[in-house]
Amino acid sequence: MTGQTLIHLQDVSKRFVKGKDTITIFDHLGLSIPAGDFVAVMGPSGSGKTTLLNLLGGIDQPTEGSITFDGGRVDTLTEGQLARWRAHNVGFIFQFYNLMPTLSAARNVELPLLLTSFGRAERKRRVEAALSLVGLAERADHYPREMSGGQQQRVAIARALISDPKLLLCDEPTGDLDRTTADEILAMLRLLNQEMGKTIVMVTHDPEAAKYARRTLHLDKGRFTERELVA
Amino acid sequence: MRVFNEIAVVTTICIKSIPQRFWASFSTVVAVGLVVTVLLAFLAMAAGFQQTLRGTGAKDMAILMRAGSQAELNSGVTRDQARLIEEAPGVMKDADGKPLVSPELYVIVDGVKKTAVPADGNLKKAPRSNLTLRGLGPAGIAVRPDLKIVEGRAFKPGTNELMVGRALQKDFAGLNVGNTVKLGNSNWLVVGAFELGGSVFESELWADTPEVQDLFHRQNVFQSIRARLTGPDALKTLSDYAANDPQLKLDVTTEADYYAQQASRTSDLIQKLGWPLAIAMAFGALAGALNTMYSSVAARAQEIATLRCIGFSGTSSFIGTLLESLVLALMGGIVGTLVTWVLFDGLTGSTLSGASFSQIVFTFHLTPAVALQGIILALVVGLVGGVFPAWRAARIPIVEAYGTP
Ligand SMILES: Nc1ncnc2c1ncn2[C@@H]1O[C@H](COP(=O)(O)OP(=O)(O)OP(=O)(O)O)[C@@H](O)[C@H]1O
Ligand SMILES: [Mg+2]
Repeated sequence: MTGQTLIHLQDVSKRFVKGKDTITIFDHLGLSIPAGDFVAVMGPSGSGKTTLLNLLGGIDQPTEGSITFDGGRVDTLTEGQLARWRAHNVGFIFQFYNLMPTLSAARNVELPLLLTSFGRAERKRRVEAALSLVGLAERADHYPREMSGGQQQRVAIARALISDPKLLLCDEPTGDLDRTTADEILAMLRLLNQEMGKTIVMVTHDPEAAKYARRTLHLDKGRFTERELVA
Repeated sequence: MRVFNEIAVVTTICIKSIPQRFWASFSTVVAVGLVVTVLLAFLAMAAGFQQTLRGTGAKDMAILMRAGSQAELNSGVTRDQARLIEEAPGVMKDADGKPLVSPELYVIVDGVKKTAVPADGNLKKAPRSNLTLRGLGPAGIAVRPDLKIVEGRAFKPGTNELMVGRALQKDFAGLNVGNTVKLGNSNWLVVGAFELGGSVFESELWADTPEVQDLFHRQNVFQSIRARLTGPDALKTLSDYAANDPQLKLDVTTEADYYAQQASRTSDLIQKLGWPLAIAMAFGALAGALNTMYSSVAARAQEIATLRCIGFSGTSSFIGTLLESLVLALMGGIVGTLVTWVLFDGLTGSTLSGASFSQIVFTFHLTPAVALQGIILALVVGLVGGVFPAWRAARIPIVEAYGTP
């Protein structure tokens, strides 16, 4: 299933300066993720999992080293270029869903399309398709507060998918859900990986969740301590 | 188009979130509304005052005062000068060939506003306001063809009789026809009420000049001369005549010009009081607006960061936040305008005129131009109160998207 390298981190260092102290999160880290992979990232709190996602998603820049995506450098882009790059290539899924409480499910899902040149009718068609895909076609006009956590996360997945990005980044996507709902969401992510070829990087504390991935990376003290291939 | 979509949806999110901070947003609207109400009350007063004075005075009536005196109160004209004007060119004559010239006296007296009358009705104890008593020459009524006696009759020359302006009669106590009023040391009988085109004259008391001269010890002196002109060129004729006679060191203008000038002086003064007060209050409203908008940005930090994550620009967060602030301010501006309109428009007030130091009765007038100034002030408060929080919104780090909701 997996193919050419989609993301490549080479000699990436990340340091935060806090007053007089410099915290080194990564020191010359290397990582390759092939297209079509589904990677779970585990590790203790503070080990840099979220920081890694930020680097992969072009939200944060490395202090040193290079990041390539689909053969092109990401770490050299300006803030505005990064925003456009994110809009086309990356879908984000958060622990707390991060839907806009004042917008309906359909309007939430539509948000990334507002950055494209699609017209109103085309946007509507795509939003309907994405909501059907996550099984919420009849909930289009509902507001987030009228939906369960699992349903909200499915709306968030539809939003992440709508502009057909190659990469999905998930930070604890089931951290706020009960077991059954978590399994539904994880099964959906696995489906997206297997059927639609989405490359997924998922941070999780839950070993059960990690089982849905093809492989798990353990992050500790700025290093991947173990790589295991699951599928 | 894309940029427009982006800004439109961020603005929608901002504005739809206003009810989540209902009380903060509400108090901002009220504060801005209050500022606008105060400003508009002053400006409506200035506009109404100006309208009253602008409506005063005829174009074909010359007013002659001592050179450089600016206002009737400061002027002095002698009986000899008055006699020379009666023979001057450009002055109209009546059917009997008598010149339409009225030497007039201008005396400050006092009276009691109806609102100041004590509960027991005893006017002697009430606070008093200045009023104008005008002494009219024998032709005083004839020079004013627009005069309408709406109640009673004109005073009889040689008696202590008064005519009262309609506006003054409505606003001041004890000025009904048949009442006796004490002015200075003498008693006067009110025999009539008059209207004169809603002008300043309707705020005056009128009596016979010789009688006023006697009772106020102003023999042989007047404040001004009113002279009816024969035509459009007559003012020039008359002022040339006055300029060529060393005995006539008088300023000659039309009555209309005289009152127009008085109007702009006083309404300038009212505006000069109103603006600083409104601006001082606007700083208070601004503090409220800033506070509301900063809390709005803090409450939406995660939403803004999420949008940035998705690929939205910082600019759209900036504009959305700014528009939210402007919408709140505009609501305040509209509320303030409506409140002013309901409370003040058409309300009658009286104030000291800067030039005469006596009360002039006028009507508050909320013109569209005045309302526009209130809306502009509101929008300035919204703009300044929104721009700093909007700047903060645009600078929210994208990583804030991860926090707990
Ligand atoms: N913007 C920042 N400025 C300074 N330090 C930061 C910043 N972001 C992260 N850090 C620090 O970097 C370290 C790694 O943070 P990160 O959020 O990546 O950890 P994590 O593995 O996601 O932890 P958790 O499991 O608790 O989410 C932490 O010590 C954190 O305090
Ligand atoms: Mg984390």
